[in-house]
Amino acid sequence: MSAFSIPVPEHQPQWNLPARGPVAMYCLIAAEAAIFTIFVVAYIFYVGKSATGPQPATVLHAPIFLTVCLLSSSLTIHIAVRSLRKGNVRRFAWWWCGTVVLGGIFLAGTAREWRHLIYQDGLTIQTNLFGTTYYSLVGLHAFHVVMGLGALTLVLAFAIHGDVRPEHSERTEVLSMYWHFVDAVWVVVFTVVYIIGR
Amino acid sequence: MSTASITIGHASSERPPLVETLHQWVTTVDHKRLGVLYILYALIFLVFGGIEATIMRIQLIRPHNDFVSPEVFNRMFTMHGTTMIFFAAMPIVFGFANYLVPLMVGARDMAFPRLNAFSFWLSAFGGFLLYFSFLGGDGLYGAGNAPDVGWFAYAPLTSQTFSLGHSTDFWILAVFVSGLGSMGTAINIVATVLCMRCPGMTLGKMPLLAWLNLVMGGLVILSMSPLTAAQLMLLIDRYLGGHFFDAQAGGSAVLWMHFFWIFGHPEVYVLAIPAFAFASEIIPVFSRKAIFGYPVMVAATLAIGFISMSVWAHHMFTVGMTAAGNTFFVLSTMAIAVPTGIKIFNWLATMWGGKIQFRTPMLFCVAFLFQFLIAGLTGIMLSAAPFDWQLSGSYFVVAHFHYVIVGGILFTVFGAFYYWFPKMSGRMYNEALGKLHFWLFAIGFHLTFDFMHIPGLLGMPRRIYTYEPGRGWDIWNLIVTIGVFFQAAGTLVFLGNLLWSKWRGVAAGSDPWDAWTLEWSTASPPPAYNFAVLPEVRSRRPLWDLKHPEDPDWHYE
Repeated sequence: MSAFSIPVPEHQPQWNLPARGPVAMYCLIAAEAAIFTIFVVAYIFYVGKSATGPQPATVLHAPIFLTVCLLSSSLTIHIAVRSLRKGNVRRFAWWWCGTVVLGGIFLAGTAREWRHLIYQDGLTIQTNLFGTTYYSLVGLHAFHVVMGLGALTLVLAFAIHGDVRPEHSERTEVLSMYWHFVDAVWVVVFTVVYIIGR
Repeated sequence: MSTASITIGHASSERPPLVETLHQWVTTVDHKRLGVLYILYALIFLVFGGIEATIMRIQLIRPHNDFVSPEVFNRMFTMHGTTMIFFAAMPIVFGFANYLVPLMVGARDMAFPRLNAFSFWLSAFGGFLLYFSFLGGDGLYGAGNAPDVGWFAYAPLTSQTFSLGHSTDFWILAVFVSGLGSMGTAINIVATVLCMRCPGMTLGKMPLLAWLNLVMGGLVILSMSPLTAAQLMLLIDRYLGGHFFDAQAGGSAVLWMHFFWIFGHPEVYVLAIPAFAFASEIIPVFSRKAIFGYPVMVAATLAIGFISMSVWAHHMFTVGMTAAGNTFFVLSTMAIAVPTGIKIFNWLATMWGGKIQFRTPMLFCVAFLFQFLIAGLTGIMLSAAPFDWQLSGSYFVVAHFHYVIVGGILFTVFGAFYYWFPKMSGRMYNEALGKLHFWLFAIGFHLTFDFMHIPGLLGMPRRIYTYEPGRGWDIWNLIVTIGVFFQAAGTLVFLGNLLWSKWRGVAAGSDPWDAWTLEWSTASPPPAYNFAVLPEVRSRRPLWDLKHPEDPDWHYE
């Protein structure tokens, strides 16, 4: 063991840099956006090129209610994070819980839609190009919802256990950025699949 | 000023037992150790990829040779390309970025040390998966085999129909997994450069290496993702019976080409920009002058980053795109020569009037300037669509991109090895062996890749396992193969020099080159915490300011 003395300047200079959490999350969002772009391009490229049925116009129905649920979850998570920043942990936990419920409803709705498509309409990922691109694109988004819900639920468990404190507001904010991104992607997916693609 | 006392642990002279040392290396989250792990890992794969290249060249040394079978030849060029790009070049680049970026921006570690370790082990696992295909490619029944679909794996060759067994799956998963690791590291580099700089280091005062690695990180984030998405689609096709690239069900093989090259071309710049970064640090130090045109260098780098995303289809002129499409990609490809040319002029202007010291790192960088210029010129030739129609898929193209990757990128990487070896190991390398390495490798490089252009112009296609005598290709192929042995000898001298100097080299001290950036202000090798006190900088060359208080840089910047 060795010890030595180092000079410590009395006045720490004013030096502000961006926080690393949000910067990394913006980078991750850029990477994810590029992945979704490729899937969206493939979807649009293959619209109307399926050799056999079923075609999107006959089997797809726009999930308006689910979309409203998912988009409003962006609002609830925003309120939750703001509450935590103001120090109101109870309010945070309730709004956060609301976000998890809304995301869960969306996921359950997607599952119902897929069940209907597979068993009633006979559309699987193997059926035709529409099936391949549809399940891939919507499935990729649903996968992101699952990951997000997992993370949100973990934080909710911490909150119920009493481990979430106001100083964690920046971290929950980083998570909320991811959730906003998942919602924004849904707007694109919805437009491409249920409006343009039909 | 007051003082604080710091106790540094583990100064005991006894070496810990081997198991403990290994355990420390496996569980480390220190950016310097991970950087070294990346580099060692890359060196192993560099040797693997080199052996594969040598096997191919022995097969082609004369017409009708039967050193290996056509099947083995296909596996060799697939494994050579995949290994060199994903498991040699990328990890070397990431290794140096890992090691140098925090030191040069005056930080104690990367922004996310654990993400850093996770990313490295993902990449390492990817390389293991790729080489496991030699055993498990047929699914562990009979003899295994490696992927043989080419490094860009065009559809429909990769479909279940034409690619039985699991060799292609090993290729997909290896590239996919290492791609995730690359994205993690890229995010980490960007966050480190933006969020971890020491006091006073504004963006305009960062060393160029930090700037260029920031751009490289951004390019990886935006270009690796399309490849990841395309690999997912290929997996869906192969395992779930999807039709993305299945032409019989209406799918498109050309779509795969677009997706692959949207990754593939920026990837060239992912590797080239860090090479530019090494040159931008080494050339000024051995010319004893500050870099010429710093803001223009940064702007040119950003321009290269932007333009490189819109040139991908110049790999596809022979596919039959529309005239408008061809014209766009011809013009964008030619446009990228402008910022690259600006860089070459700036390096030359840095050397102009300087007191040039031809140490080994500088030799490699000077050779890089010449060779990269020629590589760029053949690049402009190929960017003209009519010329490309004639030579696409020929050895001319192979010679061109090896000129970029070996003559441009690998030469600066060797320069970087010699330049930063004293910092990483604390010892000087052997200068005589370094120069021997340089000359062997330079001669071998020019024998191989200068003469490889000619059979390409004479019409020799790439990827053929043998050829007929009497086409005028024989003598050129012989010369090309002879060059390979010079390169191999040079590489062996290089590895020997590293090993010998690690144990027998003379102590280097903290600043053997009288350099100017922050990594030379701390001990060699740097302690785990890098800097006892975080440095504060006022100019682009903080150590110059420290050594020359009477004439600091910040008077002029």
